[in-house]
Amino acid sequence: MDNVVISIKDAVVSYREDVALQGVSLEVRRGEFIGIIGPNGAGKTTLLTVINGLGKLVHGQARVLGLPVNGRNGIKLRRRIGYVAQVENIDPRLPINVRETVMVGSYGRLGLFRRPTRPQWENVDRVLDMVGITHLARRPIGHLSGGEYQRAAIARALVQQPEIFLLDEPTASIDPQAQREILSLIQLIHKEYHMTTLFVTHDLRQLPSVCQHLILMKEGRIWQQGDPKAMLKREILSQLYGAPVSVPTEIAGS
Amino acid sequence: MESHILQYQFMQHAILAGLYGGVTCSIIGVFVVTMHLSFIGVCIAHAAFAGALLGILLGFNPLIGALLFSLTSAGIIGPMADRGELNPDTSIGIIFSLMLGLAFLFLGLMPGSRTEALNLFWGSILTVSRQDLIFLGIVAVIVIGLVAIFYKEIQAVICHRQVALAVGIPATLIFYGLLFATGLTVTASLRSIGGLLIYSLILNPAAAAYQLTYSLKRMLLIASAFGIISCWVGLAASYFLDIPSGASIVITACIIFGLATAFSPKRKVRRWQQARLSD
Repeated sequence: MDNVVISIKDAVVSYREDVALQGVSLEVRRGEFIGIIGPNGAGKTTLLTVINGLGKLVHGQARVLGLPVNGRNGIKLRRRIGYVAQVENIDPRLPINVRETVMVGSYGRLGLFRRPTRPQWENVDRVLDMVGITHLARRPIGHLSGGEYQRAAIARALVQQPEIFLLDEPTASIDPQAQREILSLIQLIHKEYHMTTLFVTHDLRQLPSVCQHLILMKEGRIWQQGDPKAMLKREILSQLYGAPVSVPTEIAGS
Repeated sequence: MESHILQYQFMQHAILAGLYGGVTCSIIGVFVVTMHLSFIGVCIAHAAFAGALLGILLGFNPLIGALLFSLTSAGIIGPMADRGELNPDTSIGIIFSLMLGLAFLFLGLMPGSRTEALNLFWGSILTVSRQDLIFLGIVAVIVIGLVAIFYKEIQAVICHRQVALAVGIPATLIFYGLLFATGLTVTASLRSIGGLLIYSLILNPAAAAYQLTYSLKRMLLIASAFGIISCWVGLAASYFLDIPSGASIVITACIIFGLATAFSPKRKVRRWQQARLSD
């Protein structure tokens, strides 16, 4: 029980008339790699926002890293949780470079009134090297390709030294080669740091092979969950997506 | 410029007002331009103008009215834009039209001469009082001080607001703080630049600097320099050509923006943008 880092009980989240999560309960243990799949609008992203305190519960309870998720703990929790969203379309003229963007990851933990120190900048350089974009460090962030941008986003999350890693469709809207590279990087990071990771995707081919447990979401509920091999069956997936689905022959990135 | 004109106190006040106003408006402009919040800034500027007119109408200090209205509008616009209950453009447009309506209502209700009210339209840097100058100087120190203290948080929020929120920076507080600082700056610059023209001084130097650098620190410095140059060149033009000072300052700022855009090294970013879109 001590090993449980995320505990959600009967969570309901609503955006005005739309109920995005309907009574979701979930427990995640330290170091687990959880895949979350389901069609668009299934509540996958909302589930992640409940964990990092950005989603407001209208019913139910959530406890993350030993703290109840509420308005008071939200900022404290987010400092300990890395979050990578899908590629966003950013202004190419934005006055910030890749190295500075990655450093933003440490600002929450650093707190107000304190400036980043030389060792922290050296840490940023180490992480940039790890994700393979040292050569882009001084480039404006708006000048990166989708794959490069996601590497920078992962680097930013790592600089944060998170205890939980939330990945929300990190390979959406990028080319197949970059998708493979990002997935390999995510798997490498998990093997290296053993961070509790929740990986959301609607694309079954993007499910990393390190995934230990698979959650299938539909219409704001956890529809089924279990071992990925048991879940990735044609009948189950076709019911989940409401259309015939072919099962990927091999899990991506392996 | 003939050196003896610097001996006049009104000219010394005007030069200092140009320095303080030019720097403060340009720094605020950097945030507004980077966050693509131009319309919010216009709205706050008009709110300050309406508040100042109410002050004149009811007989209290117009700057107090301007401060109350601009801070209140910033306090309403921020949450409205964030909650998404209405499209941000719609909600800001409604507040903007309300402020413009109130401004004309207060102007219409004003008995007798409306000279003081009309001065707030166009501003007059050559008649800035010592009291106005002190207020402008205090606001400049506050804005520069806050930027120095919260630089890293401000950089994160204006460039990556959602990321700033996700890493545990009090992003909403910083965002509202920037809106309040906009209101404060507009209020302090109202008498010298004028309610209708102030926003140009916020927008143009920052937009010009945005064309020239990818570094936020350099952008703040370049925008401040452009703001001061706009004020001082406009001031000189106003004095020697006997034209309204607010208008000459704004036209100078627009010319600087035009030149910066024409010689911008960022013009090639369209290629990057197209490459990203086709990626």
